[in-house]
Amino acid sequence: MTGHSTKFALLIVLPRRFSRLALWAVCLAFMTHAVAAPEIQRWDTTNGARVYFVQAMELPMVDIQLVFDAGSARNGDKPGLALLTSALLDDGAGDLDADAIASGFENLGAQFGASSLRDMGSVTLRSLSEPAHLDPALDLLARILRTPAFPADALERERNRMLIALQSQDQSPEDIAQKTFFQAVYGDHPYAADPLGTPESLPALTRGDLEDFYQQYYVARNAVIALVGALDRADAERIAQRLADGLAEGGRAAPLPPVTPLAEARTEHVEYPSSQTHVLVGAAGITRDDPDYFPLYVGNHVLGGSGLVSRISAEIREKRGLAYSAYSYFTPMRAAGPYTLGLQTRGDQAQQAVKILDQTLGNFIQGGPTAAELTASKKNITGGFPLRIASNSNIAGNLAMIGFYDLPLDYLDRFNERVDAVTINQIRDAYQRRVHANQMVTVTVGTTAP
Amino acid sequence: MTSGRYPTTSNMAQLTRAGRRRAGILASLSMLITSAFFAGVGYAAADATTEPAKTVHEYTLGNGMKVLVKEDHRAPIVVSQVWYKVGSSYEHDGITGVSHALEHMMFKGTRKHPGGEFSRIVSENGGRENAFTGRDYTTYFQQLEKSRLPISFELEADRMRNLVLPADEFAKELKVVQEERRMRTDDNPEALTYEQFSAAAFVNSPYHHPIIGWMNDLDAMHIDDLRAWYRTWYAPNNATLVVAGDVDPEAVYKLARRHFSSLKPSRIPAQKPRLEIAQTGERRITVKAPAQLPYLVMGYKVPVLRTAEDDGEIYALEVLAGILDGGDSARISTRLIREQRIAASAGAGYNPYSRLDDLFILDGTPAQGHDVAELEQALRQEIQRLSDEPVTAEELGRIKTQVIAADVYQRDSVFYQAMQLGMLETVGLNWRLADTYVERIRAVTAEQVQAVARKYLGPDRLTVAVLSPLPIDPSRPPPAMGGLDNNIR
Repeated sequence: MTGHSTKFALLIVLPRRFSRLALWAVCLAFMTHAVAAPEIQRWDTTNGARVYFVQAMELPMVDIQLVFDAGSARNGDKPGLALLTSALLDDGAGDLDADAIASGFENLGAQFGASSLRDMGSVTLRSLSEPAHLDPALDLLARILRTPAFPADALERERNRMLIALQSQDQSPEDIAQKTFFQAVYGDHPYAADPLGTPESLPALTRGDLEDFYQQYYVARNAVIALVGALDRADAERIAQRLADGLAEGGRAAPLPPVTPLAEARTEHVEYPSSQTHVLVGAAGITRDDPDYFPLYVGNHVLGGSGLVSRISAEIREKRGLAYSAYSYFTPMRAAGPYTLGLQTRGDQAQQAVKILDQTLGNFIQGGPTAAELTASKKNITGGFPLRIASNSNIAGNLAMIGFYDLPLDYLDRFNERVDAVTINQIRDAYQRRVHANQMVTVTVGTTAP
Repeated sequence: MTSGRYPTTSNMAQLTRAGRRRAGILASLSMLITSAFFAGVGYAAADATTEPAKTVHEYTLGNGMKVLVKEDHRAPIVVSQVWYKVGSSYEHDGITGVSHALEHMMFKGTRKHPGGEFSRIVSENGGRENAFTGRDYTTYFQQLEKSRLPISFELEADRMRNLVLPADEFAKELKVVQEERRMRTDDNPEALTYEQFSAAAFVNSPYHHPIIGWMNDLDAMHIDDLRAWYRTWYAPNNATLVVAGDVDPEAVYKLARRHFSSLKPSRIPAQKPRLEIAQTGERRITVKAPAQLPYLVMGYKVPVLRTAEDDGEIYALEVLAGILDGGDSARISTRLIREQRIAASAGAGYNPYSRLDDLFILDGTPAQGHDVAELEQALRQEIQRLSDEPVTAEELGRIKTQVIAADVYQRDSVFYQAMQLGMLETVGLNWRLADTYVERIRAVTAEQVQAVARKYLGPDRLTVAVLSPLPIDPSRPPPAMGGLDNNIR
């Protein structure tokens, strides 16, 4: 981010089109042609957790991700509950407190993580693979899963830190725009609420709420376990079983309610004293298993998903210099995730930019891509396939995504052929049926243009 | 920073652990720590049986361009990076931001590949590309399936010497850069605070200036400034080519010779030293901006690897940063966030790979019911404690274990491996330092950590900046910030 570190270069490989809320729902689109996808091994633990394993012997390390259908969409009438539950996982397990857990992992060089988005709650562990490091790290992880303590004093601390995080959002025009956008697009749907909850909801959450949430959603049948690393199959089976044994068997979370599309276009403006106006335009889009996924994904790559060579970027940035970042992306989720178009520009240029964005979208819906554009996008997507499975962490993310959204095991193997099969007509047809410019939300955050 | 040509996301810390989130700069600082602190590529303690070839192949072309190749055969991909020894710390008053603006213009075409053809060609080859500008370097990169490497070399060699820099394209791109500045800094109260903090801490060091440039300098920037900058610094003898991935080093060298060896070298001007004057007492500033939360940032003047008389001190400062903020078991998390609950978020960080003397940074946002004064007091107590008492054997052992493990983990990223080599070489260190990092960290003693705390983390070397929130009142106009009015056209 800002200008003081030479190290932030690590961040540059994350293109803006990846939503912060369903990061992996989007960022794991890839596949194969010349390059074989990794061989995925798949089984269930005895209590019904679905396991996905890829052996990778080159580095002496292991990545483990447990992904639960336990995101903020499961909060019911308690906004913030899923995230607070996740945040407290390493604050107590049995008689271990937060200090003991933190030093337990870190004394082994292991890295523990817990996160929660709208669809998923996930727990991750990265460890060296040699047993002297891996075994005690797994013991600790299993203990957390089996007996999370949710200590009352840690609950207060983390609740307060989430309240601070809410204030931090309120001083970011970009965050304000995102929140407003989700509320406007999703109305009464569980996706409307921000995972952080609200200043009103957080104080009401109790330890009992967290325990109930954990007991209902952090259960084996609601879990996917992804393993990548220097393990053989027998080791991987033992590890998955050991972790799942700590979980109640439970059941899968109920389907989410469908999203009701907006009946008409809607405009929301939030007045904010920033020099730029942040603009988000969009509507509910697609589920991860949507039959139109490939035409829409490839079509959007042409429209606003391919960085500076995309149409939106060409119109907004390259031709007119209106914004540093102008983009569009689908976020396929369990229920219909959003289709988002966005930019940020000096306040007095906002109206002009919105108009161009709308025109660019309208033209695309009407005419679809040109043959040359489609070919270029296909080449980028399919030619870049090897980059998407190049590291253990890439592969682990793919496994979690495939497992969580019940995609077929040959999803990676067939991705490139499915991209290649998309036609101009399919894209135009899918956009005309699914993307309705007259039923979209337009959010602006900034000062009103004079 | 890395104002890249392409927009990128920088809120990952918030994404992964909203409950544990660190405020803006803090999130960045935590990146700084994980990457700076764990920067080694030596494999001293890793499992020897799986150790790959640790060799880096080094070549120098006849025109002075250095080529570094690192093999990683795990996946059929390649990362290609061109590092130039130029960045904002090479700039002088009045042209701040010119390195970064030029980085943007490097995508605007040559006679052979006009307009946006560069990006189009990379994209059609399945590649990802971007660029980033730091204080001490400007870097361009592509990530590609391995057979596409010649495309990268052809395009990079072409734009190293043959950039067109059209005035009309510059007029548009400058507006893009100004929007980038508004987004990153002007509308981000913590970033704004950090920018003014750096300007207060450094008087005559070029680290005084922001990488993206002051808005008024951007307003007044002329295409001729970029042309002169390009002529001065973009030459093979001021560049390092780094390639990592599933490649054969000799083949890469031959390919590099084919594409780059015909480029003419330049006479690169010697850098003035511009050494920061000695600080003679604590400095404090306040930044008022519309915000919800206060924010504190503190920095102590410290040497870096390139400037240190005793480089052991630098590794001791690295360990010291780890003692404070090397994970949830480190002192800031344990004491300030969990025990005393003074900080909602806080961090500490240090970049030993700067070209010039730099700052050891601490920053944070107070928890509810506490203010920045209490937070500052608590952070200063931690610094005092490091001076008063040696760190424990357990803490020291933990940091060493983390470094050894991280040394394995970072080999999962081919990009990061290339990055380390390029950065070390470009700031005037030797890439071989990466190989000795782990053993140097392992050699640090508790006494050395205490000694550097006493020597460098004293009040006379300290600058403190506080963000003092102004109400976010919707009826107020935006605060006047120099250069908001864009008069480039």
